[in-house]
Amino acid sequence: MGEAQTKAPGTGTGSQVQASAERARKARVRAHWLLNTPALIILLCAASGPLFVVIIYSFLTPGDYGGIEWAFSLDGWFSVFMQRDIFEGTLSVADAHMSILWRSVRLSLLTTLTAFVLGFPTAYFIATRPRETRNVWLFLITIPFWVNLLIRTFAIMELIRNKGVINTILMSTGIIEQPIQMLFTDFAIMVGMTYVYLPLMVLPIYASMEKFDFRLVEAGYDLYATRMKVLRRIILPLAKPGIVAGSILVFIPSLGAYVTPRILGGGKNMMLGNLIALQFGQGRNWPLGSALALTLLAMVMVALLIYVRGVAKQDSGRH
Amino acid sequence: MKLKVLIAALGVSMMFSNGPASAEGELNLFNWGNYTNPELIEKFEKETGIKVTVTGYDDNDSALAKIKAGGHGFDMVVPSSNYVPIWIEEGLLLEARPDQMPNFENLEDQWKDVDWDPGRHYTVPWQWGSVGVMVDTAVYDGDINTSSIIFDPPEELVGKINVAPEMGDVIGTALRYVGSEPCTSDKEALKKVRDLLLEAKPKWLSMEYGVIEKIAAGDMAASLYWNGAAFRARLQNPDIHYGYPREGYSLWMDSVGILADAKNVEEAKTFLNFIMEPENAALISAFARYANGVKGSAEFMPEDMATATEVIIPEEFKASGHFVPPCSPDVQAIYTAIWTELQK
Repeated sequence: MGEAQTKAPGTGTGSQVQASAERARKARVRAHWLLNTPALIILLCAASGPLFVVIIYSFLTPGDYGGIEWAFSLDGWFSVFMQRDIFEGTLSVADAHMSILWRSVRLSLLTTLTAFVLGFPTAYFIATRPRETRNVWLFLITIPFWVNLLIRTFAIMELIRNKGVINTILMSTGIIEQPIQMLFTDFAIMVGMTYVYLPLMVLPIYASMEKFDFRLVEAGYDLYATRMKVLRRIILPLAKPGIVAGSILVFIPSLGAYVTPRILGGGKNMMLGNLIALQFGQGRNWPLGSALALTLLAMVMVALLIYVRGVAKQDSGRH
Repeated sequence: MKLKVLIAALGVSMMFSNGPASAEGELNLFNWGNYTNPELIEKFEKETGIKVTVTGYDDNDSALAKIKAGGHGFDMVVPSSNYVPIWIEEGLLLEARPDQMPNFENLEDQWKDVDWDPGRHYTVPWQWGSVGVMVDTAVYDGDINTSSIIFDPPEELVGKINVAPEMGDVIGTALRYVGSEPCTSDKEALKKVRDLLLEAKPKWLSMEYGVIEKIAAGDMAASLYWNGAAFRARLQNPDIHYGYPREGYSLWMDSVGILADAKNVEEAKTFLNFIMEPENAALISAFARYANGVKGSAEFMPEDMATATEVIIPEEFKASGHFVPPCSPDVQAIYTAIWTELQK
């Protein structure tokens, strides 16, 4: 950029001006790249680098006691989807992996749904408060983030265990005689994940509703729309970007959740995160673990792509 | 497992955040979670001025994987007997020759030369114990000296059973239950075990570590677990008792070794010698409630240890306990396949 300034204005011919403009542009591009270098290095080293290692590992042979041997093998990828029966030697679809995958997807979807059912009214409530008090409500939503995830998860355990708060209250009021088994069930995993990820649903929905013109709702009522109709035809469509963003933000971390299923799920039924961890620990099969991790990544990317496409379609629809 | 590591790291860092100022050296111990007596560490720090940091792990394989990955910064590790040969073979342990240390004489004779570490060139006993069943006798008061508690449970215990998620211990115990041996390559037996486990699983509640407090609080009523933990649970809730499966049960000894890439080798050697002192070994046992293998440590231990059937194996059950060899990679692969199918 300095080069361009040394040239006194108006002294050059047309081609000289052009050349200097060209130089200035090049210098700008150079400076642009130079300034971007730190970010690029971080991206390459911290994001792509490890991912690259994972990709390479997924094509290697497992070491006898963990780790990898430097020999090419497709077994890792093969056993993500297929399994050889240990005793008969027959090939079949890896149904253990498939059912774990299905459990993860199912629980994540349920979590997303529950988070929506709880999060949407919450966001609506906050968005309809007077401007001055909204920040207080938002603040209340974010407070749980200040507490470590582990501690929050253990707190939930304290609530739902057999001699925990809920069962104690129910039993002392005589509603039930035997404690309800809540801890170590899929229900517990879902409660835990919903609680942990709820703010990720509330905040985007709130963001999309905050800009919302509530005169539209009034207009709807004026035109004799029922409450349901106003909700379905006016509020939901306008809040849709927030709902989609919130659902993605809840669904993706749920899919790879490790801590919550580990503590609240009782470890009897694995989710994807736990299956991957198993391969790097007792399973001693790092290539399979890498391939599974990449499968999870691919699934997340597909979910994101669907989202991006949906948003793009919506944008083009508006023009 | 990460979870316990986190908790342990958190706890330890809090515990020692105002540790001795005049530290002469440091030592990083990588041990099982909830297994290291803080008093032992305090005593060691006071006597030697070496600052110790303890980090916890949940199972042998995660410890092995972490150390193999490198860059861990630990000096010592405490693998179980059936894993020690793997650690040695993989070149992960330093040949520290504890057998030439001054306190080696204090070891009980049966632990001076062991299959997993011939001549004790690498490791020193930390604690030893067994894999058995702990049962809340307020829920079930029948015979508890059988692994059918886990694999073919009585009506009262259905849906209230926990199984330690330690693959080797679970499949090993199941193999003994069907009349075979751990690490066998006999496919028929392994198949029987798979079917047995798959059939039993719906009757289980969970597969968890950290059982002591949960069984004492009534979250579960029985568990395949380790004897010392059962003892600790009984101290919290007198109804919890420990059974030695007469179908056969596994013995193990966790042994401390120095890592080949340890940075504080001298400090680590000091520690090895330190824990072979009866008074110090007693501290290890006083916390985790397992036997330690050092002569004369009993007199420094809490009185209740001397009569605890969890620690002193009753004569009638002694014969059914056996140490477990390391499994071959082929068998390990079958174990993993069974294990994945079990947890699907």
